[in-house]
Amino acid sequence: MAQRDITRERYTDGKPNLRRYHQAKWDEPVIFELSVPGQRGILVPEVEPDLRAEVGDVLADIPSGMRRQAPPALPELSQVAVVRHYMRLSQENLGADLNVDIGQGTCTMKHNPKVNDQLAASPKLSDLHPSQDDATVQGILEIMYRFEQILKEISGLDRFSLQPGAGSAAIYANVSIIRAYHKARGEADQRDEIITTIFSHPSNAACAKTAGYKVITLYPDADGYPDFEALEAAVSERTAAILITNPEDTGIFNPRIADFVDLVHEAGGLCSYDQANANGILGITRAREANFDLCHFNLHKTFSTPHACGGPAVGATGVRNELAKYLPVPVVERDGDHFHLDYDRPDSVGKVGSFHGVPANVVRAYAWAMSMGADGLREVAEIAVLNNNYLLAKMLEIPGLSAPYAEGKRRIEQVRYSWEKLAEETGVHSEELGIRAADFGLHYWTSHHPFVVPEPCTLEPTESYSKADLDEYVAVLAHVVDEARNDPDKVKTAPHNCTVHTIEHAPFDDPGQWAVTWRAYRRKVGGEEQEGT
Amino acid sequence: MSERKPVVYPYIPNSVPEVKEQMLREVGASSTEEFYEDVPEALRVKGRMNLPEPLLSERALRRHVEGLLAKNSTAGENLSFLGGGCYQHHVPAVCDEINSRSEFLTAYAGEPYDDHGRFQVLFEYASMMGELLNMDVVNVPTYDGLQAAATSIRMACRLTGRQQALVARNLGWEKLSKIRDYCKPDIEIRPIGYEADSGGLDLDELDAVISPHTAAVYFDNPTYLGSIEVNGARIAEIAHAHDAVCVVGADPLSLGILTPPVEYGADIVCGDIQPLGMHTQFGGGQAGYIATRDEEAYVMEFPSRLFGIAPTKVPGEYGFGDVAYERTSFAVREEGKEWVGTAAALWGITAAVYLALMGPQGMVDISEGIMTRARYAMARLGEIPGVRVPLAAAPHFKEFFVNFDDTGKSVAEINQGLLRQQIFGGADLSKQFAELGQSALYCVTEVHTKADIDHLVDAIGKEVA
Amino acid sequence: MAENTRKLGLIVNPVAGLGGRVGLKGSDGLHVQRKALALGAVPHAGDRAIDALDRLGRVADLEIVTWSGAMGEDAARARGFSPRVAGSSKSSESTADDTRAAAVEMRERGVDLLLFAGGDGTARDICEAVGEELPALGIPAGVKIHSAVYATNPLNAGELAALFLQGRVSALRSAEVMDIDEDAVRRGQISAHLHGYLKVPVRSALVQSLKAASGPGEEAAMAAIATAVTDSMEPDTLYLIGPGTTTRAILSRMGLDKTLIGVDAVENSRLLANDMNENQILASIEGRKAGRAKIVVTPVGGQGCIFGRGNQQFSPDVLSRVGRENVIVVSTQDKLNSLAGNSLWVDTGSRKADEMLSGHLRVITGYKEEAICRVAS
Repeated sequence: MAQRDITRERYTDGKPNLRRYHQAKWDEPVIFELSVPGQRGILVPEVEPDLRAEVGDVLADIPSGMRRQAPPALPELSQVAVVRHYMRLSQENLGADLNVDIGQGTCTMKHNPKVNDQLAASPKLSDLHPSQDDATVQGILEIMYRFEQILKEISGLDRFSLQPGAGSAAIYANVSIIRAYHKARGEADQRDEIITTIFSHPSNAACAKTAGYKVITLYPDADGYPDFEALEAAVSERTAAILITNPEDTGIFNPRIADFVDLVHEAGGLCSYDQANANGILGITRAREANFDLCHFNLHKTFSTPHACGGPAVGATGVRNELAKYLPVPVVERDGDHFHLDYDRPDSVGKVGSFHGVPANVVRAYAWAMSMGADGLREVAEIAVLNNNYLLAKMLEIPGLSAPYAEGKRRIEQVRYSWEKLAEETGVHSEELGIRAADFGLHYWTSHHPFVVPEPCTLEPTESYSKADLDEYVAVLAHVVDEARNDPDKVKTAPHNCTVHTIEHAPFDDPGQWAVTWRAYRRKVGGEEQEGT
Repeated sequence: MSERKPVVYPYIPNSVPEVKEQMLREVGASSTEEFYEDVPEALRVKGRMNLPEPLLSERALRRHVEGLLAKNSTAGENLSFLGGGCYQHHVPAVCDEINSRSEFLTAYAGEPYDDHGRFQVLFEYASMMGELLNMDVVNVPTYDGLQAAATSIRMACRLTGRQQALVARNLGWEKLSKIRDYCKPDIEIRPIGYEADSGGLDLDELDAVISPHTAAVYFDNPTYLGSIEVNGARIAEIAHAHDAVCVVGADPLSLGILTPPVEYGADIVCGDIQPLGMHTQFGGGQAGYIATRDEEAYVMEFPSRLFGIAPTKVPGEYGFGDVAYERTSFAVREEGKEWVGTAAALWGITAAVYLALMGPQGMVDISEGIMTRARYAMARLGEIPGVRVPLAAAPHFKEFFVNFDDTGKSVAEINQGLLRQQIFGGADLSKQFAELGQSALYCVTEVHTKADIDHLVDAIGKEVA
Repeated sequence: MAENTRKLGLIVNPVAGLGGRVGLKGSDGLHVQRKALALGAVPHAGDRAIDALDRLGRVADLEIVTWSGAMGEDAARARGFSPRVAGSSKSSESTADDTRAAAVEMRERGVDLLLFAGGDGTARDICEAVGEELPALGIPAGVKIHSAVYATNPLNAGELAALFLQGRVSALRSAEVMDIDEDAVRRGQISAHLHGYLKVPVRSALVQSLKAASGPGEEAAMAAIATAVTDSMEPDTLYLIGPGTTTRAILSRMGLDKTLIGVDAVENSRLLANDMNENQILASIEGRKAGRAKIVVTPVGGQGCIFGRGNQQFSPDVLSRVGRENVIVVSTQDKLNSLAGNSLWVDTGSRKADEMLSGHLRVITGYKEEAICRVAS
């Protein structure tokens, strides 16, 4: 048989050609369109005839005003049809398992180990009711307890609650604890200001605001570091706390973080460390060394639990001993070999979420931490940071890109880039590059609104991606940037290889046209007359 | 300090020493230490963190974690009558199949282009909830029913510019605690009592307390203690007469039979979708829904994401996106309007699958079946000497409380006895609802057979004899 | 298909920018333009307009309404459009009158957007002619670009115009029309004045790429700022409200009318004076105790200046009497974020006043929201 160069058609100059990607496109109808009257997807257990006979017509008990007039107009489908519909929709979704998911910067998209998912799905967990007797839930309580010990060592703080439903909920819990602390000291009314920085996660400001605080935002100094003089101008006897992310969303570590903490402490405020970006500093630096009073971790970021399209999730909130009495109830206490839930905590802020948060994610995170150990966690941090700085070097080779602030410096685990020069030159904007990147099976995220860095793009490679993965991502962006220069329409009319094409946005902002449900769509756009609302 | 053991970690592709070296060379760094030049020495962790030795092989890890989980004794292995916000319902296999698809499980916040599937499923979720609730606007799920209730009250305060909410005293204690914490410091939460015989809201007290300062009247239906609030229309009328917003928390599974709250006057309806296909998982399956009519003023107050449908440039193709992206509160003093973040989207996807499987008939069947079983259990338990079902005359859905005062035993004692018989008795209400004496909240669902209920009755009979 | 036709008004000020490359600090006035041409200046506003029109080819059913020859027709034809010529300039040399006449005609013809190439003088002419009556957007072509009505470059102007005409961008905001007195600049003095506002399209996000809720939108942000300021107003205290749309919102919240480009005085919820000059301001604060006169300002012109551009009525004398601690700075967060280096600055003409004001200041950015910003001098 004739020999041939097997790399010839897939490689150029030793490098792999760009992927000829196309996302699944099933052109799937909205489920209501698939409805066939009479079809059933599942049958529910029937009431035994003798039980029914004994009870009689239970519906007769319900006053007529409380009795539903007609069954809900849900679609009627066979189980086959339901499975096929949602399988198809799943294929039209780009999970992290499928792509080099470094483009959702700040989200810490890392590998979600499958063994952890299997452990979390065990009936030994999924069939537990949250109000069971402590004696019947010793396994999960022990896992929660053990994981708390791990978080204590990683942060250096003294107690944790695993109840908050994600990062923002954890920040809110921290703000509640801060309020309780000042209230106990008779200073709750006086201390009505919370300080944060513009490159901290926006939820810090949003949560403080929701909790009724005035929010003071610090802008960075000319080098992009949080501005200490600005903090000096901000602190006063009204300061309740500072909520600060470090490293910030720019990937810059604030070297004066301990000075920030000292200054706020001198003014009588508390300091809360948003560890959403902790992935690059595990085992390197902790909340304790910088003297923080509170902190939080997102288990779906640093601790590898799946993002699940946006939750369920856990935001683990940690405090020093002095603040432990304010933590949400219950907390897990150990009593020899026995574990129990302690609800009897009179100073507690109460409930911040249902029951015990999302224990399945605690199991996953615990399993992940146990599979890494102290050395492994440090390896996570170091490789995440190595990956990021490698990516930074490769990205900056693309003309039209810059990494504003701290020019020439290393970054921790992510970078907020700017395509300002490219946009000036070509009129192609960062969001448009991102949508074109989707044509190659990649996510790409600008940053939170409003954009402080012009034409932003935030990449966070984590430890989960190989050098070849990073090279592929850069190669795709370089290609898209090249298109922006030479064939901008190709970029501006993207996506071309995704499930759907350019979506009309006007209806989303027009109360006369927007439709959050199919019934609203049928009524507003289809002109259908409907009963009720 | 022990040396770091050279390990190539399966989850860390670049932990191969040669690759690491090559990458360091390419960025001109001698070691990863250079990347941390901004971290002062004083802030460094000294030495190695004191953590348990790692379980490097998957086998060892599995053995360890499964060993811990094995210490649990589950509701599936026993006979459970626990409810109180988290419910043991049958989870269709298809629900687990879809929500464990890694395309959904490992995705996050992609665009409506690369994550079209997520947008469509969550739009369908909202659409099916909309049919169940008879409302046009339903959010992408928030954390849980507690959050949904607390946020609904804040929405009502923004809508009315007022800062007081009247809430039924017979809410679950967790919900009340959450509402209180979340509405601090500006919103006053004023409980309204309930009638001892019906379990319904005390309308006289409501009438006496409601004022032009009242933003919202909130009640659960069915109530936490299980009875159906039959005066919903009257409560809504009173709220509306004072230009307050009527907020109702409803178990979606009850709506196969019960009137959607909007039809008796609710303006905001909220609750938890855990019953719609989520395992109890020690409380980890909760997710909150909030629904309103399609009025701009209401839509603008949602802190959650709302996914809408729109055309694309290809005729007939459906696209999705965020409705009212720049949502502007009508209350200028609250421009922050809470927050949106990672919450419980996967459970929205799961609930979509559940509702699609159930269809109209399934929802009617399950509602009716649960109600029938619960009625049977109430009747049977009431026959046990010393055991009373105080609200037996009132209509109930799946929960009801049982009083043991006349047995001379506490709920705790009875539950310990039941536990020995492998039964999880109803949740103890004696602390949070002291006025009910030694009472327990029992929950009966479609998973229970007549034999299960009869077994419970026998077991309690033994305990109180 | 008539209902889908999008109408673009195009005005080119052909002499805009003439003075710049020959060092004349501007091109206002016929004699300067003639001098510039004599010095070898080459008109390039038309080229800039052509660059911008490059981006408009993709707008379906586009009708361009323009003025004859160099005032727009030539540029449109150069890009292959067949424009509707609605009028022509009165003489061979285009004047400010022609720009104004053209703008009025465009308004009468109901254009969806008025796109104009020029500098601050051109923006000022258009502002005088049509004000905020129709959406407008500037292609930067002049020597002086202090006005916030201009895109950063011609391509971006064309891009934004295209997005607006396609309906992909719909938000509008009032942007400042600033102009400096060219004669003063030639004498070595900077004296920028605020002349008014144009309604310009504002491009927020083309794509809804959010992981967190977006901000409240500019108008709501201003309303929140206004509420924060009015809620904190003290009795028997004079509030001198500087020019700007953000400060205007404060007076509208109080049900009062604000001079758009002047300084107004408010005390005890009542309007004391409109459009005050320096002397009137000095008189109004005369004899007041410390803290009983406060100044409310917002950065003007998109460049972060809080004193010395467009609000010279707040003279060094006024500022030293009122004192730094009684200066209330307000700004939307979007505006702060757009500032280069995220820093505010002052240029009052007095080093002493500049030094007094520099350092870090609190800026009210919303209700219960403030930022700490550096003020440079």
